[in-house]
Amino acid sequence: MSDKVLMKGNEAIAEAAIAAGCRHYFGYPITPQNEIGAYMSKRMPKVGGVFLQAESEVAAINMVYGVAGAGKRVMTSSSSPGISLKAEGISYAAGADLPAVIVNIQRGGPGLGGIQPSQADYFQAVKGGGHGDYKLIVLAPASVQEMASLTVKAFELADRYLTPVMILSDGTLGQMMEPVSLDFPQQQVFEKPWALTGTKCARPKNVVNSLHLVAEKLEQKILARYERYKAAEQNEVMCEEYLMDDAEICVVGFGISSRVARSAVNAARAKGIKVGLIRPVTLWPFPDAALKAAAKKVKAFICVECSMGQMIEDVKLATEFSKPIHLVCRSGGVIPSPEEVVGKIEELMINDK
Amino acid sequence: MKTVFEKPKSLSNVPLHYCPGCTHGIVHRLVAEAVDELGIEGKTIGVAPVGCAVLIYEYYNFDMAQAAHGRAPAVATGIKRADPNNIVFTYQGDGDLASIGMAETVHAAARGENITIIFINNTIYGMTGGQMAPTSLPGQVTQTSPYGRNPSLCGYPIKVCEMLATLDGPEYLERVSVHNVKFVRSAKKAIKKAFENQVNNKGFSLIEVLSTCTTNWGLAPTAALKWLEEKMLPYYPVGVYKDRSKVQ
Repeated sequence: MSDKVLMKGNEAIAEAAIAAGCRHYFGYPITPQNEIGAYMSKRMPKVGGVFLQAESEVAAINMVYGVAGAGKRVMTSSSSPGISLKAEGISYAAGADLPAVIVNIQRGGPGLGGIQPSQADYFQAVKGGGHGDYKLIVLAPASVQEMASLTVKAFELADRYLTPVMILSDGTLGQMMEPVSLDFPQQQVFEKPWALTGTKCARPKNVVNSLHLVAEKLEQKILARYERYKAAEQNEVMCEEYLMDDAEICVVGFGISSRVARSAVNAARAKGIKVGLIRPVTLWPFPDAALKAAAKKVKAFICVECSMGQMIEDVKLATEFSKPIHLVCRSGGVIPSPEEVVGKIEELMINDK
Repeated sequence: MKTVFEKPKSLSNVPLHYCPGCTHGIVHRLVAEAVDELGIEGKTIGVAPVGCAVLIYEYYNFDMAQAAHGRAPAVATGIKRADPNNIVFTYQGDGDLASIGMAETVHAAARGENITIIFINNTIYGMTGGQMAPTSLPGQVTQTSPYGRNPSLCGYPIKVCEMLATLDGPEYLERVSVHNVKFVRSAKKAIKKAFENQVNNKGFSLIEVLSTCTTNWGLAPTAALKWLEEKMLPYYPVGVYKDRSKVQ
């Protein structure tokens, strides 16, 4: 077993990116993710990499577009308002089929919002954010260990499916410290014959581009992209089920909310209530099958979110509205307490009698 | 038989889509000639703008990226940083470079990013149908300044070379024109030097090329060249605005 080190979630992301072979990082300061840039500015020069503080989030994501287009692993990070600024570049990267990793350490919004942790960018992450027909693979870590391991995974998924991948986390996970193992599996090498490496006068030119003026040609590009999305839906769904075997109530939460939900499930179990947890790890592709299967067994769902309720819509779609779905949520940077979730669980049990 | 003139190797066989009298074709060729003469075709990567030159990636035989509107200097920064051995240039119009992409332009220049920028200034948005540009002249009639550009309402044109020359970052800034053969020849010299600087790792070079837009100026090709000479040259004087190799 490898040694564990105590790290902040943000630092774990940065170190994991380097472990995954990322040697280019571009970012612009914004709270609560500044540890990532600070860490990269120290580490990148030591590993022969590039750290560049861009003039804006807009410039940073376009530098990412350049490096990804040149066939190298590359990452940027920001927090909610900055991700809005990156939305244009994310759409272009998706349109040009470029692999890249984008980290969103969410804070409260809309607008300048606040700097406390939030999950209110769920829609932006999984439903688009930028313009056009595209998806991002979206990963939601729930521990500092997962901040690291899912970052490594994100680079692999980006290269495999030729798409930007987003780590959707929040200020709590970014700032908190936990022991983390930085021992990662060997990285697969992906050939990138499409990359801008210079023709060396030995091959036809490569073009990295999202423009297709003939509608049918653009449609073909989109259809090919959606074939890859379909493969990702078949192969890459990740979720955790906790105490679901005999559960009568299923609590659903991702990221920081799942930690609250887990505490609530444990507390309710201690009171003899049969309740379990489903924690989506991939927010897109969403664990539809696990939720659909759960809907056949449980009496009700409770979604726990640090937003006014965004993931709940995907739970409703996955379960085809077959069971009642309740929401325990706080917004604006407030995290729901386990007691609030237990309260809802008990309320459902009383109503059920 | 001796060949005295031929198409540069770097230019593809795709016919240009530009309007008759547009000077994009000349500048495309000058870039290709410079790349050929420096023998860097195999390691040159161009970045296309949004605007009339968006399809420039069709016209060269070397690798090309297409960037979001105004973001070409940031994209070029990424490509260059990914492999500094490659020669990376952007080709941008005045709306792309001096309006929506001004931040990316200024900061790439300030960083002394080792890239080459070819900046086409024709005082108007061509692709979208002739709107007022950041470089439209005072009094110039455009689709969105139908009574003439009124500086008291929408300010003054931006003189990009003069502005960037205030920065310590750039290696080389020159404004050229392509309205007649003599000027085309000096434009060629400047463009080649801007690429040569990058080959020699000297840093940021930008060549502003005064160009025509026959369609949106509403002028025939020869009248457009005359308009450039008579109206643009006095406002945008050609010349070297910065050249670190000349500073002692």
